[in-house]
Amino acid sequence: MSADALTALKAKFPQATDRASADHPAVNVPLGDLVAALGFLRDEWAFDLLMDVTAIDWAEGAAPRFTVVYHLLSTTRAGSYVRVAANCAGTDAEPTAPSIVSLWPGANWHERECFDMFGIKFEGHPDLRRILMWDGYPFYPLRKEFPLAGIETELPVADIQEETGTRVIAAPMMGGPFVASAGEMNLTDAEPRAKDESWADRATRPDQTPLRQVKD
Amino acid sequence: MVTANSELGYNSKVEGGVIVSRADAAINWIRTNSMWPMPMGLACCAIELMAVGGARFDIARFGAEVMRFSPRQSDCMIVAGTVTYKMAPQVRRIYDQMAAPKWVIAMGACASSGGMYRSYATLQGVDRIVPVDVYVSGCPPRPEALLDALMKLQTKVRSEPSASRLLSA
Ligand code: SF4
Repeated sequence: MSADALTALKAKFPQATDRASADHPAVNVPLGDLVAALGFLRDEWAFDLLMDVTAIDWAEGAAPRFTVVYHLLSTTRAGSYVRVAANCAGTDAEPTAPSIVSLWPGANWHERECFDMFGIKFEGHPDLRRILMWDGYPFYPLRKEFPLAGIETELPVADIQEETGTRVIAAPMMGGPFVASAGEMNLTDAEPRAKDESWADRATRPDQTPLRQVKD
Repeated sequence: MVTANSELGYNSKVEGGVIVSRADAAINWIRTNSMWPMPMGLACCAIELMAVGGARFDIARFGAEVMRFSPRQSDCMIVAGTVTYKMAPQVRRIYDQMAAPKWVIAMGACASSGGMYRSYATLQGVDRIVPVDVYVSGCPPRPEALLDALMKLQTKVRSEPSASRLLSA
């Protein structure tokens, strides 16, 4: 099962270490061993399905700042699911990791998404373009320093921006982000709300007398 | 034209095959009853838009059942769904390609205001890039709500000074 595979992996790659995980077994490997380790799991332990490629941004100034995480599933050995993590090389502005498109062609779009959201350059990727945001978008939205509302920038098409006078704006957060109160059983109270909802308070316009209250 | 007092306004025995009316009324009557939609289905609201086209809600009762996938043949763009900034220029391009007169219905919270997507990727209301005639609330709106929006739009079109606009164009 999964744990046996990781034991064998650690025997083959002595620098690999166990990684804390709440559910499926996980392992850290050095970036240099990453492709070989994933290839070992695929070929020797039948992890034939790459479920996901994602990344972690630990925080601005953290070292290492970025970690890539690979989720593997075996379709032939029931219940086998492992995660393999590796810290990225390169600079904070331009972290790098090796591409594994040569192992699983399906990694292509996963790595493009990871590049789009975190700016991780997958070296050896055949076509590393943005996949969700448009080409030329200047930011990486899932990085810690990027605000949820976004940053003002240009629309993807210049003549439409000129015609409409609309730019990509930071979304009005209206006191948000909107968070659900955990543990509330009453669905109305548990609804996501902003911490500061003063924007929803009723205010009378200066030139308007307040509506007459109906007295009983 | 087709009103309760049409008997008073038009009597074929007296007037023969001639109907006297205002040009605006005739033009608007034609326009309101064959408003072909451009289905700009971008997200979940498009499913309700499809339901409106189906037999149960039957938008054909209002003359708007001919969903045109060519902007050149459509009169009314129904923006049904979340408009991302990546998609926004294309929405505007298609609007630009529609022949005048043209109208826009913003269907649902997302198209009207960005809805629950207060984020970096979502256009905060399609009225930032195209002029909107009718907004429909709801996430998603019920099919009846869209039919109501269509009727509101028809009411609006009925009062437009179409003839003078045609002459001045
Ligand atoms: S308003 Fe609601 S149903 Fe409509 S597109 Fe947005 S999220 Fe989907």
